Amino acid sequence: MTPYEKLKTARASTRPTGSAYVNEIFKDIIELHGDRRYGDDAAIYSGIGYLDDGIPATFIAIDKGTDLQSRLAKNFGCPKPEGYRKALRLMKQAEKFHRPVICFVDTLGAFCGAEAEERGQGQAIAENILEMMGLNTPVITFVIGEGGSGGALALATADRVYMLENAVYSVISPEGCASILWKDSGKVADAAACLKITASDMREFKVIEGIITEDFDNFDKMCNSIRHQIKKDLKILMDLSKDELLDNRYNRFRRIGFFEEIDE
Amino acid sequence: MANVFTNFFKNLTGQPQTDLDSLIKSTENVTLVCKGCNNESSKHQLLKNNMICPQCGKYFRMGGKERIKSLCDKKSCTEMFDTFESVDFLEFPNYAEKLEKAKKSTNEKDAVVCGTAKINGQEFAFFVMDSRFMMASMGSVLGEKITSIFEYATENSLPVIGFTASGGARMQEGIVSLMQMAKVSGAVKRHSNAGNLYITVLTDPTTGGCTASFAMQGDIILAEPKALIGFAGRRVVEQTTKSKLPDNFQSAEFLLEHGFVDAIVPREKLRETLSNLLGIHSKKGGND
Repeated sequence: MTPYEKLKTARASTRPTGSAYVNEIFKDIIELHGDRRYGDDAAIYSGIGYLDDGIPATFIAIDKGTDLQSRLAKNFGCPKPEGYRKALRLMKQAEKFHRPVICFVDTLGAFCGAEAEERGQGQAIAENILEMMGLNTPVITFVIGEGGSGGALALATADRVYMLENAVYSVISPEGCASILWKDSGKVADAAACLKITASDMREFKVIEGIITEDFDNFDKMCNSIRHQIKKDLKILMDLSKDELLDNRYNRFRRIGFFEEIDE
Repeated sequence: MANVFTNFFKNLTGQPQTDLDSLIKSTENVTLVCKGCNNESSKHQLLKNNMICPQCGKYFRMGGKERIKSLCDKKSCTEMFDTFESVDFLEFPNYAEKLEKAKKSTNEKDAVVCGTAKINGQEFAFFVMDSRFMMASMGSVLGEKITSIFEYATENSLPVIGFTASGGARMQEGIVSLMQMAKVSGAVKRHSNAGNLYITVLTDPTTGGCTASFAMQGDIILAEPKALIGFAGRRVVEQTTKSKLPDNFQSAEFLLEHGFVDAIVPREKLRETLSNLLGIHSKKGGND
């Protein structure tokens, strides 16, 4: 598949949404609503449950919705500031009770609207990234469809990040890139290729730890392998001291970058 | 001691002792046209006036070195981490050409200047983003330099003052540019956890991934009057909402009204304000 075909696959309306993964992977789920500041953003489905017998965890999933009504209610999976603040509230709560945070990312990007700007969309994302860098509990993120820019990173400043094989992760939507660089939003396929947005690209850049094979016909099996991966990682991460956990997370991002150093 | 001395000196002459004179001497005296009123002013005249149009009061955008030298004490500024250069690792169309053009026109290697300087004898680490260089889009070099200055400031218990201006992430570096937001944020967090002060001064324009990371992570967030500050572009918001936005949308004043900046500080008050903020957070006095 070309990057553009992957982009279309990642966006397909038939793809399972964030809540489908949560409901398959977690047991005894209790959804927790609201940011305690302004409101409750339906684009983010979050709460607590059991990963497996005796392993409680917090889940935070961006959900695009499955029909027109739910998609409208969820803004097509574009979270508002209150969504990111709800996510942060639950992360802090998870830290207090030392349970891991499992995130599922699927968004074109953070919501672009006047009210989102008024309520500090940039500030909300900035705070999540900052606080996740200091969060004393493991965070594992799965990019299940679209990983759209800062709106995705606000749930992906994590210890481990995985992507589904046809998911994409990008600094800007290929449409936005084509329109800014070439003043031609029709050049989406070119932009998708230039930006390098596929899961294998991400592994090459060491932005993700692994790729999950897609098998939506056997969704329960696929989710089982995701649960298995989470448990495998938690076995290591839950035993780390605070300093080890945070140093590793710091270094995970610290080493990313390409540049030359010139001797004067 | 140095503090007392420079304050005394400042009071004696009535003029802050900055590097402005040397800056003016080293700057070519060209004529610039104000985008607000179309009137011409000489660069030297503008520098003496904080790069504010003497006719209509509009703020000209400032280069990185211009900004720091016009603010800090005479000969106190030391540039650091200035050996990094961007590489076109994605072989992105026209990136190499754009980099070359920006380097030539600005005489800088990339879009941020970092180092240490003093205001009234009070030392701090700084980064100044330079919108003349590819709209100060944030790539690997910018991420590495700002991360490095925060790490240096953490090691040396220095406050950081950051002047932000950016069109957002540098898309020519793909996902790696997005990761710089997390990388810098990690360094900000460590600096903060060690009890150090971080002041951001939001200048025109601070947008996109810059707003969504270190611009909004300051302990104190200042802004220049009328600066454009936002996350999504105005045009994108108008297209999404299919409605016309008010003129002051995403202005510094709009952010102040909605509670996202601490204060709007005019340029002529900036040195004094920063000096006071550094003084109030000084580790030398009080309980130390």
